[in-house]
Amino acid sequence: MAILTKDEAQALLKKVLGDSKADECEVNLNGTDRGNIRYARNSVSTSGRISQNTLVVASAFGKKLGVATINEFDDASLEKVVRRSEELAKLAPENPEYVPFLGQQKYADPITYIPATAGITPSQRSAAVAQSLQVARDNKVVAAGFLEDNTRYGAMINSKGLFAYNTATNVDFSITIRTEDGKGSGYATRGYNDVTKLDTKIVTQIATNKAIMSASAKAIEPGKYTVILEPTAAAVLIERIFFGLDARQADEGRSFLSLPGGKTRLGEKLVDERINIYSDPLNPELPTSTWNGDGRPQERVSWIEKGVIKNLSYSRYWAEKKGVKAVPGPDGAIMEGGTKTLDELIKGTKKGILVTRLYYIRDVDPQSLLLTGLTRDGTFYIENGKIQYPVKNFRFNESPVIMLNNLEELGKPERTVSDESNANYLIPPMKIRDFTFTSLSDAV
Amino acid sequence: MKRRDFIYLTGMGAAATMLPSIPVMGHRIHPEEALRTVDVSLKKQMSDVVLNAARSKGATYADVRIGRYLQQFVVTREDKVENIVNTESFGMGIRVIAHGGWGFAATDKLDNDSIARTAEMAVAIAKENSKLLTEPVRLAPQKGYGEVSWKAPIEKNSFEVPIKEKVDLLLGVNDAAMKGGADYVNSILFMVNEQKYFASTDGSYIDQDIHRLWPIFFLTKVDKASGKFETRNSLSAPMGMGYEYLYARPQDKIQGTTTLYKGRYDMLEDAKAAGVQVSEKMKAKSVEAGKYDLVLDPSNLWLTIHESVGHPTELDRVLGYEANYAGTSFLTLDKWESRKFNFGSKLVNIVADKTQAGSLGAVGYDDEGVKCGQWDIIKDGILVNYQVIRDQAHILGLPASQGCCYADNWSSVQFQRMSNISLQPGKDKKSVDDLIKGVEKGIYIVGDGSFSIDQQRYNFQFGGQLFYEIKNGKIVNMLKDVAYQSNSQEFWNSCVAIADERDYRLGGSFFDGKGQPGQVSAVSHGSTTSRFNGVNVINTSGKIG
Repeated sequence: MAILTKDEAQALLKKVLGDSKADECEVNLNGTDRGNIRYARNSVSTSGRISQNTLVVASAFGKKLGVATINEFDDASLEKVVRRSEELAKLAPENPEYVPFLGQQKYADPITYIPATAGITPSQRSAAVAQSLQVARDNKVVAAGFLEDNTRYGAMINSKGLFAYNTATNVDFSITIRTEDGKGSGYATRGYNDVTKLDTKIVTQIATNKAIMSASAKAIEPGKYTVILEPTAAAVLIERIFFGLDARQADEGRSFLSLPGGKTRLGEKLVDERINIYSDPLNPELPTSTWNGDGRPQERVSWIEKGVIKNLSYSRYWAEKKGVKAVPGPDGAIMEGGTKTLDELIKGTKKGILVTRLYYIRDVDPQSLLLTGLTRDGTFYIENGKIQYPVKNFRFNESPVIMLNNLEELGKPERTVSDESNANYLIPPMKIRDFTFTSLSDAV
Repeated sequence: MKRRDFIYLTGMGAAATMLPSIPVMGHRIHPEEALRTVDVSLKKQMSDVVLNAARSKGATYADVRIGRYLQQFVVTREDKVENIVNTESFGMGIRVIAHGGWGFAATDKLDNDSIARTAEMAVAIAKENSKLLTEPVRLAPQKGYGEVSWKAPIEKNSFEVPIKEKVDLLLGVNDAAMKGGADYVNSILFMVNEQKYFASTDGSYIDQDIHRLWPIFFLTKVDKASGKFETRNSLSAPMGMGYEYLYARPQDKIQGTTTLYKGRYDMLEDAKAAGVQVSEKMKAKSVEAGKYDLVLDPSNLWLTIHESVGHPTELDRVLGYEANYAGTSFLTLDKWESRKFNFGSKLVNIVADKTQAGSLGAVGYDDEGVKCGQWDIIKDGILVNYQVIRDQAHILGLPASQGCCYADNWSSVQFQRMSNISLQPGKDKKSVDDLIKGVEKGIYIVGDGSFSIDQQRYNFQFGGQLFYEIKNGKIVNMLKDVAYQSNSQEFWNSCVAIADERDYRLGGSFFDGKGQPGQVSAVSHGSTTSRFNGVNVINTSGKIG
């Protein structure tokens, strides 16, 4: 079964719903066509193509819910999965936090599907990789990269009259270039809905330049430095704020957004007033689905406005309990910035460190959102507006909340991919003062 | 599965941030269906169809894996069951060499036409890939074993235990933790069964049945007045065992500063203790940063072994195959070739072992049909070996693979994954108390916490669950906000004492991530309590706003 159209998906889902005998029934249908090529040591190592469809049926009797899933779509299998979910619902303990399914909703038309990406062929994929490998050979460096594209659709229906459909495409490319002597390493990554925007040659050249420039780095003392974080480096820190926007955790007192006395930071100033973060499913640079997994519409939501926490995300249960709108969490977050390029930010820096990538990010203290991790694949010392020399990698211990209070300047946002979560974001390069590096690493 | 999908699955939020990414593969099934198995003779017939099809299209080597992967998760918080998930994934992965290159294709449509077509697709992909190769694949010779089987030596199949028993256990755990002093608690049982069949053109037909289990809880106490909170996670280990791991026996408990568990786990007792300890942690002294002698319990040390020894001795990382994702390794081939590279004090002996009973990595044969065994990685403080698979053995001049090949699903291509890697017990008779006795200024650390290491595995930082200050040979009080930072080689060289075999226990990772697209694997690390002198400790407390 390939990617189903809206009409095909609706017809299949109606058939499944017709078999239901439960008090409430909700059916989700998802499918993905995925292709990839992986390479290392200037040679292809693996490649594959996987096509998968999944049907999920949720049946409820009162507050008892059962869920069953199947990947066969003949009539007998469809009826079987409905019966199975109903049996599981009868066996399940009652969940006091059960919330009845949503009724009919209105969704904006999504802009996530690009035919060129859906139509990518194996030879286009290998040509893109061949171009990348050619850059590596021309520069006598060693490439390791990964190209993955996917076309997917999602549809849902329920017994309360809800129907939703979305289709989307995406391509992610990442490349690490190392010098032959292993003394320099550079990285670049791009993510797009539209594969025609991806130029593997240019991206590989960026990583190659970083690798060559970063060779034979000097050690400088760890401590507090002004840093310029490229968007790829900033994304893995800032996304920890996006992950932590859950209202229930904050209300329960176990989040960086909790305050003494059972209060939260909703409505309070958290970071520098130049920080604005929102999500918008119809942003042309970073479009996302216009509905989420439980059928709630995804709309433009402001999360941080002029440094103030404007919204928290809610499960439907917690929103009902609190008597507020059940805003789903950010899907594709956008951080506003300025107009300066990365080069212009560097030019305006007297002394500082350019960080191009951060790695192995882990929580250290959830109360302050203190994170640790390391710089990787190109870290450079800046003096008098110029990159002077590469420096050895550092371990940092820093909170993105504290960091956004120590903001000097924001550059022009660009779309980037988080190495940690694979999520895509629009994030500017940013200049931050007093960023805390705690030790040196010999890693290249 | 991505991290945020896991949060959606479990509805856990903060607790989920303490976990690695949790994959959910396959589709949900009725619990009873998990007990159905697929007939071996049918799997052999299907394999022969595939191997013949691949050969006829020009493959010089082919292997086929027919896998049925079952998972069951039971997820609770406080007095509620949040989710019960049953998944099954059944299908076939085919790997071939043609024109000197690897090709892989997978299908869940298992009629003869479909599997033969998939074999042809794998050959076609191999031929396409070979155009971009710099050198052909060199596969270490491997004799066929004929028709053989291996079963994990479990006592109680977790999938046969009624869901009610599991729910009752977890809700009991939550209740005990809350009564002990916790405000919030999440508890989860993860259960996995891999029914794997492997066949290759070498003449092996291998049927295996593997079981794994991981009971965990995360507990939080909040002081609403100050807005402060503390957490304490379970001291359990994920194990390559059946449900018997949860049938605790007195002889499996180690009584000390806190009760520790060996081979069997008393989840209820640990939850009670955790409730009390999290309250104690609220009032504990915040550590003063500086150099300390560390006495590390196996529940903490396993993760340090995993990150600082397990990963850098993976040969694919050393060679650069993981450069774009997990990274490379500081243990370059010249260090191994010198036979002089000092990686640990003379006390340090680290062994790879794919046969250890109860461990997560124990199998009879790996996912490319190599019989598993054990070998030295560090001998008397010297690096002596790596972890390799068939297409890497020639690089070390080895006559055969060490059996480190694994794929997390039939739909994933197998590649080099970590073996169980364990620190051997000290040869002299020494208890944990003996280790603590000699410490003037130190910290005794139990349980694993935050962890981070660079891409070549030099610089690391680890936290823990429970920290106790040692002064003049005695534990004096609890500490908090502790993390230790070191360099892998310096750290292992600072090892001055290792407790004897009486203290030997396993820890492990249930979801160790590697590769692109990402795959997980499960691996154990054994050790006894060990002492490391003069390690840098930082204070992790901070304040915002």
